[in-house]
Amino acid sequence: MRTTETSVATQVYRVYIKATPQAIWDAITTPEWTVRYGFGGRAEYELRPGGLYRVPTTEDMKRAGAKMGLSVPDVMVDGEVIEVDPPRRLVQTFRMLMDEATAAEGFTRLTWEIDELPGGVSKLTVVHELEGKPQLAALSAGERESEGAGGGWSYVLSDLKTLLETGSSMAPSTGPDHR
Amino acid sequence: MNDDDRVFKALADPTRRFLLDQLYERDGRTLTQLESGLEMTRFGVMKHLRVLEDAGVVVTRREGREKLHFLNPVPIRLIHDRWIDKYTERRVSALAELKAQLEEEMA
Repeated sequence: MRTTETSVATQVYRVYIKATPQAIWDAITTPEWTVRYGFGGRAEYELRPGGLYRVPTTEDMKRAGAKMGLSVPDVMVDGEVIEVDPPRRLVQTFRMLMDEATAAEGFTRLTWEIDELPGGVSKLTVVHELEGKPQLAALSAGERESEGAGGGWSYVLSDLKTLLETGSSMAPSTGPDHR
Repeated sequence: MNDDDRVFKALADPTRRFLLDQLYERDGRTLTQLESGLEMTRFGVMKHLRVLEDAGVVVTRREGREKLHFLNPVPIRLIHDRWIDKYTERRVSALAELKAQLEEEMA
């Protein structure tokens, strides 16, 4: 488990997707797309430095939370947009509000980088700076998947790849609260 | 070689699995740190890290003057979703049930 004090730092995730940078950018930043993969929340971004970011809690998330014995608030994640360079780079803060422990850890820094490669392939890299945030680090690494908290960034990014490449996301059986 | 081939090849070596385990324990390590756990030349460790990078299971980033190595679990997740889930889900759960039953009988 990556949960001791010294071991909790930055996490880096990378996935190659057969899609244009613009398609990936849209899939990250528009609610019409974000409802279709991962945890299925409607990500609301004000795409300017200082703009708000939030993901209102969905019914599925509430059910998953209830199974874990949590009464989750109306907003699941919030943060602030720091840097916007469409469709290449988005820097934001990210705070998980799922329960008191994660909420108390406060804001983390999250960077999305999209690079175009030859052959219609793009490289998406997600850097989540989690120094001193063991609760969120465990969630992000998918370590609480068996409790129903989802498979973290690996799950979200695999699902995003599947959606963009095939037009539909993975079977719901692999998602949170559907096993 | 396609993406899956590269991941299977990367995982098919005990030294490379050891390096991944090291990064799982503590992510974002330098070559020097990774080298210290292995009885192998720096060049040998670099070669293994290159294979892991080619497969995408290790991602490097510069931080200041250091090059840090991070474990990227996404390609393994994709293989899991594509290959493991499909064939094992039912059988594994049947086995898990059998194990629970047998243990109950023994208790």
